[in-house]
Amino acid sequence: MSDNITFPKKPILTALERQYILLTQNGLPITEKPYHHIAEQMNISVEEVLSLTNEMLSRGVIRRIAAVPNHYKLGYQYNGMTVWDIDDEQAEKFGYAVGRLPFVSHCYLRPRHLPHWNYNLFAMVHGKTPQAIAKYRGQIKELLKEVLLSRNHDSSQQIITQSNDMLTSTEILKKTGLRLQQ
Amino acid sequence: MGKLMDSNRKIQVTTQFVSATPSNTPAKTQKNHSNKMIKSTRICHEIAELSILDKALINRLQHGLPVCERPFTQIADELNSTEKQVIQHLQELKNSRVLSRFGPMFDAVYLGGAFTLAALSVPEEDFDKVCQQVNSFEQIAHNYRRTHSFNMWFVIATEEIEEISSVISAIEEKTGLKVLNTPKLKEFYVGVYLPV
Repeated sequence: MSDNITFPKKPILTALERQYILLTQNGLPITEKPYHHIAEQMNISVEEVLSLTNEMLSRGVIRRIAAVPNHYKLGYQYNGMTVWDIDDEQAEKFGYAVGRLPFVSHCYLRPRHLPHWNYNLFAMVHGKTPQAIAKYRGQIKELLKEVLLSRNHDSSQQIITQSNDMLTSTEILKKTGLRLQQ
Repeated sequence: MGKLMDSNRKIQVTTQFVSATPSNTPAKTQKNHSNKMIKSTRICHEIAELSILDKALINRLQHGLPVCERPFTQIADELNSTEKQVIQHLQELKNSRVLSRFGPMFDAVYLGGAFTLAALSVPEEDFDKVCQQVNSFEQIAHNYRRTHSFNMWFVIATEEIEEISSVISAIEEKTGLKVLNTPKLKEFYVGVYLPV
């Protein structure tokens, strides 16, 4: 099932960007002048730090400089990995549309592995109740109704696959953070 | 805490939280156990008590901190507060771990690694054993039990792209199960926003 899959090329960082990541990957200091702190450690001016930050933001090296809440402490105890079997030709257009829904945190196109796995669009949703995530799934379904596929991959047995599903997580088995190493 | 992969590696995997599978779970022998029961025994959560300013800060700062010399003065102006108050509340939210992180969020690809999301369909009676086998690979970054016949979903993170397929083969050999490999082909959106 794991054949013929290509990965993107590894992007390159400048020495300054590497240093910036090493200094901030565990977080930004919560002080009056957080960027000054980085400037001091990198031995460059704060103006240079600000322009380096903007440059990394525009290239997508930094996605956002933001607060990341603990889901559970805010009451978001339910998450659903919604998965969809949609027309490949329309996947890009509809993938971006699903990604724009306010309750979707991640949305990706992934490969199918027929007949075991017929879903190509993945969208994560988070909610405070099981009803909330079920409602979100319904809203995504409404958006995708024109492009959802129902396939009969084994006509002899009349097996019709579902066009969508929602996998909720019931247990964290392992969770680690990734760090760039010196 | 820090679990170094080996001294030459560029990425390091830091274990933040590992919930070991309880050995006394009654679910093992029950075939049609409900999700509700699993949830109540497995994921523990304590909802934080938050002030109006805390909530406003959490909502505002999930969107991003301004890139300027005194970013918290701008945040304070927007929220009708003071820089001092904003910093104090933010530090408390971080210390009490209501915020698990505050700072730049890097695209993991730039940290020099390769990633994929993969799954296994594990027979319920073998779940704990297979969980240990899979988690024993240092390249497993996250692993979740999910409600599906593919009931174990994990992220494999390696330094080199080529290593992904060797880890998959090694998992298949160790568990005797076929791995479903679903790397991202296209990213449409990434950005968690949880309003309070």
